[in-house]
This record gives sequence, C-alpha cells and structure tokens, in this order.
Amino acid sequence: MKSESASEELCLDRLRPSELAVIVRYLDRQDIHHRLKELGMVPGTKIRMMRYAPLGDPMELELRGYRLSIRREDAEKIWVRKIKISPL
Amino acid sequence: MNAQVKTHQTIEGAAGAEKEIALVGNPNCGKTTIFNALTGLRHVTANYPGVTVEKKTGMMKLNRQDRQAVVIDLPGTYSLLPHSPDEDVVHDVLIGLQAGSRAPDLIVLIIDAMALERNLFLALQVLETGIPVVLALNMWDAVEQNGYSIDADRLSAILGVRCVKTVGNRRKGIAELRRAIESELDLPSVGRFRTCFDAKIEAEIESIRRVIEPFFHDADISRGEAIRILSDSACRNPLLSRNGHSALINQAISQSRTKLEEQGIDWTSFEPVRRYEQIERICGQVVRKISNAKTLTERLDQILTHPILGFLVFFSLITLVFQAIFTWAETPKAWIDAAFRFLEKLISSHLPEGALRSLLTDGVLAGVGNVVSFLPQIFFLFFFIAMFEDSGYMARAAFVLDRLMKKVGLNGRSFLPLLSSFACAVPGILSTRTIQDRNDRLATILVAPLMSCSARLPVYTLLIGAFIPATQVLGFVSLKGLTLFVMYVLGLLVGLVAAYLFRKTLLRGRRAPFVFELPPYRVPHWRTVLTVTWERGKEFLYRAGGVIFAAAIVLWFLASYPKSASLDQAYEAKRIQVQAALSGQVLQDRLKELHAHGAAEAVASSYAGRIGRAIEPFIRPLGFDWKIGVGLVSSLAAREVIVSTLAIVHDVGTDEDSPANLAEALRSEVSSETGLPVYTPLVALSLMIFFVFACQCLSTVAVVRREMGSWLWPGFMIAYMTVLAWGASFIVFQGGKALGFR
Repeated sequence: MKSESASEELCLDRLRPSELAVIVRYLDRQDIHHRLKELGMVPGTKIRMMRYAPLGDPMELELRGYRLSIRREDAEKIWVRKIKISPL
Repeated sequence: MNAQVKTHQTIEGAAGAEKEIALVGNPNCGKTTIFNALTGLRHVTANYPGVTVEKKTGMMKLNRQDRQAVVIDLPGTYSLLPHSPDEDVVHDVLIGLQAGSRAPDLIVLIIDAMALERNLFLALQVLETGIPVVLALNMWDAVEQNGYSIDADRLSAILGVRCVKTVGNRRKGIAELRRAIESELDLPSVGRFRTCFDAKIEAEIESIRRVIEPFFHDADISRGEAIRILSDSACRNPLLSRNGHSALINQAISQSRTKLEEQGIDWTSFEPVRRYEQIERICGQVVRKISNAKTLTERLDQILTHPILGFLVFFSLITLVFQAIFTWAETPKAWIDAAFRFLEKLISSHLPEGALRSLLTDGVLAGVGNVVSFLPQIFFLFFFIAMFEDSGYMARAAFVLDRLMKKVGLNGRSFLPLLSSFACAVPGILSTRTIQDRNDRLATILVAPLMSCSARLPVYTLLIGAFIPATQVLGFVSLKGLTLFVMYVLGLLVGLVAAYLFRKTLLRGRRAPFVFELPPYRVPHWRTVLTVTWERGKEFLYRAGGVIFAAAIVLWFLASYPKSASLDQAYEAKRIQVQAALSGQVLQDRLKELHAHGAAEAVASSYAGRIGRAIEPFIRPLGFDWKIGVGLVSSLAAREVIVSTLAIVHDVGTDEDSPANLAEALRSEVSSETGLPVYTPLVALSLMIFFVFACQCLSTVAVVRREMGSWLWPGFMIAYMTVLAWGASFIVFQGGKALGFR
C-alpha cells in the first residue's frame, strides 16, 4: 500500500528527476497551451519527471502511460503540486 | 443554406460509387503500416486542392460486395482542433468541409495501445462525428511485453464500436481488421460513446450549434464543431475564415464565452478536461497492470540521453551515416557510372554522329546518369533515417539536441532535415514535414541548402586536388583535408547563423509548443524500414529526378546550339588533313585532341558560351572568367555538372581519366592578355566558397516551391543565397588579392 500526502506547489520546471506531481493549473491562458491539454496535461493529471536532456532542456515527463518531451519555457507556465510517495 | 444542399448532393451522388475508408490516428501510432497491410504497395499520391498536404490513397478489396474500397491515409493528428496544415486536412475531410472530397464512409481509427489514454482523446472526438468507425488497437504486442492487459471486448462495449487487436508491422490482426471493416460497412454499430459536458456548457454548445447547423449535414458533426469553435481562442475553424457568415458565428461565440466566464467556467480547456475525466474512467475499467518490470526503454534511455554517453552515441551514429553516404555508397555509385559509360559507348558505336546521338548521350543519358548516380547515397541515408525512426532513436536525438538548436531559433526536429541535406537538400526539405511550427519549419527549409550536399563534393575535390598544396598544417593535418573540412563547416555555421537571423526578423514567434513523444524503443522491423526507404527513395526520384533530367536536356541544348556551320567545316577539313598525314597511335591521339578542341570551340560559340560571356562582368570581381560562367550555368541541373563542363570548355574531353587531365589543364591555363595563370589557388578558393553558398540547384527550388505552395519563399531563398555567395566570394577574392595572395 502506498499513500499520497499533499506537499508544496511549484512550477513544473522546478521538479527534479523521478519526482511525482499533479498538475494544478496553467499560469496564463495561452492558446499555445491548448495542445498540451489535448495531449493529456490537464489539471489533475499525475506526472512523473523523468529527466532533463543532457544540456538541461527540454525535460522528459511520463504521464498517462507515455513519455513526452516539453521545453522548460512551456513547463514554467504550469503550476504543479508535488506528491510524496511514502511506503506504509 | 447552400452548403447544406451541396453536402447532401455529394453524398447521394456518391452512394453508388466506391466506398471510401479513411485511416485516422495520432502521429507514430503505426498508421502507415496498417495502410500498407490493407492496400499492398500500390499507392497514389496527390495533393489536396489548394494546400500542400499529401493525399495518399490505395485500394482494398472487399470480399462480400465483390468490390473495392478506396483507402485514404490521412496525416497523423492529436486532435480534431487543428494546429497545422496537415491537421487542417484531417479535420476538414472528417467533417465534410474539404474541397474536392466527401466525408469518408468509414474511419479506421488506429490507436497506439501503449498510449491508450492519449489516443482515446482523438478517438472520442472522431466517434462523435457519426461516421462508422472501426477501432484498431495497434502495437498490441508492446502492451503484453510491457506488462499490461487491455480488455478489448469491454472497450468495444463501452465505446460502441468494433475493436480489433493489430500489430501493423508484423501484419498481425489484419484479416480480423478486414472482417471488422466489412461488417461495419454492412451493419454500422450503434450506441456510440458520447461525452456530455456540464449543463451550463452544453447550453452554450447548443446555442452555437444552432448557428452553424446550416453548414453541416449532420447534427452530430455540428455539435462537435460547436465544442471546438467555443474553446478555440485562435479561431482556426474554416467556417470562420472561409465564408461570409463569420460575423454571425463570431457574435454567438463571444456571447457564449462571456456567459461561461461570468459563471466561472474556463472555456479554453473544458473539452480536454472533461474528455480526459471520462478517458480515465474508461481506462480504469479496461486496463490492468500485470507486472512491474523496469522496461528496456528505461534502461536504454539511461545511456542514450546520458549527459556524456548520449552525445557519444549520437556522434558515433552520425559518423556511421556519413561513412555510409560518402564511402560505402561509392562502390554502387562506381558500378552505376560504369554502366552509364558502357551505355554511352554502345550508343556511340551504333548511331552515326549527329544531333540524335548527341541528344541521347550528352542530354538524356547524362541527365538520367546525374539522377541515378545519387541513388545509392540517398538510399543509404533513407535507410538509416528509417532505422532511427522505427527504433525510436530519432525522438531521443531531437531530445538531446533541442537545446543546441533552440539557440539558433530552430528545434530538435530541425536536426534531421539538416543532416539529410548533407547528402541532398531535396530529401532534407521533404523531411521538414515533421516540424509542426510553421516558422521553425520555414527557417529550416531556408537554410537546408547551405549544408554542403554530395553534389558539391566533386567540385571541392577537383579544385582542392588541383590548387591546394599538399602541405601539412601543424605537422600532421593535411591542408587539402583541412580545406575540405572548412568548406563543410562553413556551410553549417553560416546556415545556423542565417537561421538565427531569419527567426529574429522575418520568422518571429512560435505558435505551437515544441512537444513531442518519446516512444518506447523497439527492434526496427525490416519490412517497415525497407518500405519506408523505398517509398522515400521513389519520392526523391519523382521530385528531384524530373527536374534534374529536364534541366540536363535544356542545358544540353544550350551547350550544343546554335551549330556553327563554319566551325564544323573547319573541323572536318582539319580532320581529313590529319587523317591523310598521320597513321597509327599518333593519328588516334591527334584525332582525340582535335575532337576535344572542336567540342570546346562549339561550346564557346553556343548559347551557353554566350551566357557565360554575358555574365562575365558580374563574376569578374570574384576572379571567375567566362568559362567558369558556363560552368555555373550548367551546374544549375546538378552542381557537379560544372566538372564535366569545365572539362569540355578546356579541351580535355570527358573520359574516365579526365579528373587528373582537367586539374592539369586548369593549372596550365594562361591568360592571353597578361600571360599569367587564369586559375590560381585564390580563384579556386573563391569558386569553392561560391559553391558553398550559392543556390545552384533547380530541384531544390522546385521542391521548396511545392512545399510552400508559392514562389515567394523559393524566390527569397535564391535571392539571399546568391547575395551571400557573391558577397563571400568577393570578400575572399578581393581581400585575398589585397593581402597579396594569388
């Protein structure tokens, strides 16, 4: 059994590799983000930060069973809540 | 009202015709392998009217009706709310707004079963169009390998469509898919899944639907469009741009959006939010995770995207590709060249000397030879690209390189077109289709021809061989090799700077976020790789071959006409004289020399020669004489043609042993006015620099014209590259002269 406990909120591009988070909201309403939502990055979605590219950008996320590469400039517009997984 | 009537007519008019089946799915869902499996290898490629998006169709046999169906491979898309010209076409075809085609009779919706949730987003939109749908759960093998199970029957029951499990590249499940298509055509399934929104949103959807209803033949389709029109802040729907009713629609939209905002509802994201809620519920019922093994993908990614190892692997693979293009491809290329020389001799020995023989050998054969001798390189290139794509590595290369490419305003996807352009800009430009953002794509296209393609290599080789001294730099680097390296790097660096400048001035801004999938790795499947290689090779032949061939014929004409009767007579008289005076080997040598001299004089007095002289004043400041001018004109068909042209105008003849002879002839050419050598290392350098930058390739221009759909951008490309080439050569030549170089 695993339990999820709420933790601090931060920008998506602040996540460190292998951290888990839930998307809270988009910081501004830009048309450019519509595609991200269509790809499944809607508020409430659980994502795992996999890694940064060798030069620090873009970043690889895992969500909804697949992997997505997203640039930091887009990630910094997304507010997430970190979730800790603590084994019981 | 007209639109409605028209749509009905189209549908009734087509009722007796062949059934149309459209393949729809996300990018990388294996759509093309399913298409190939359903239709075999005979395809027709055309363009949708008015846009540069390709329409690929094939035929599929229908057993029961004893008839055929037309299968259309639509471009991959993530959503029916389009973000690119490719996606526009999918949207327009499915809702029946695409000019020149009706809505399909059936949709085969292909789903990457490994990314079921994301793929279901498009699926839910497509289900609501009311068009009969068969669902193909593709890449089924990967689901089991990765420790998942999907209850396909349950999914089928929930969505109200027939579901088939397939593995496209291994041709598994294709018979079942065919049967499902037949059944669905006979008896469309009913009870489709439908997404219902919050009552307040539904009210606004309905009010917009009523306004746009007249333009659609179907209430389901107009509802789907109403949802997308309501949430699309960029107003991409063709209804809003293509006809005069937009004022009315726009008014309805802004009213509805205001109402939703007053109620605290975010009208931009209600559709994805609600649909993903439902998708999660569906997947909760059908997907089970069985095992929790660390996947192959995870292990490989630790190496391939590692800060150091990632770059090492990347550069090793690029080296491998270059090795294949420039070394391994030489062997088949030599065979092809030998075959063409044999054909040329065959024609020469069977046809009398004259216009027909000249046309066949110097025009047709030379033109076909130019095209075909590129094929080994092109096929090697396409083979490696197909391997990278099918294995999933291509996305990792884009991931690793994006940061670097972003610095010059491009993105990780621009890397592949630029790499391809080192073989040939034509496949490079064709492969920019994977770049979503228009400005990113255009900037990539504009600089792709600056990468030193393989047609420039013979030019560099000739000039470096003839004029660059074989000395060592720093004791171990050959100056010849270094010069060649500098030419390649120069094209690349200036290309990147140019891209940066274009993105800062003409092509500012980005309209699509740069996101892409990182698909799981898998072993490339031989059939997919070979099919893709073959199809792209064919496309290259078709796009570039025609232009190169036509240009070769035109240039043959320019170099052969007008025929000068007095020159011919003088040549004939000399020949008779020589034949009477000499015999044996001496005679043969003398005749050969005479022939070469006659050919050189003929070119000098031809149209090409006249053009060369006409442009001489413009290229003088670069150190070029009219003979190089003729070469520049002839290189428009393919850059390396300048080598054979220079051979002809310098009396060398175009035998197999000509390169050494030509180098010698160029070195010993002396100006009649000054008595000094015409070609110096400085002239050679200036000419090489000119070749690095100049847009001397008609097939590139033709392909850019086709991809961009207008002459504006190819025109701009010719202009900026010509200015760049002239300016750079001018600086090198005049600067070098001022510094005392020769």
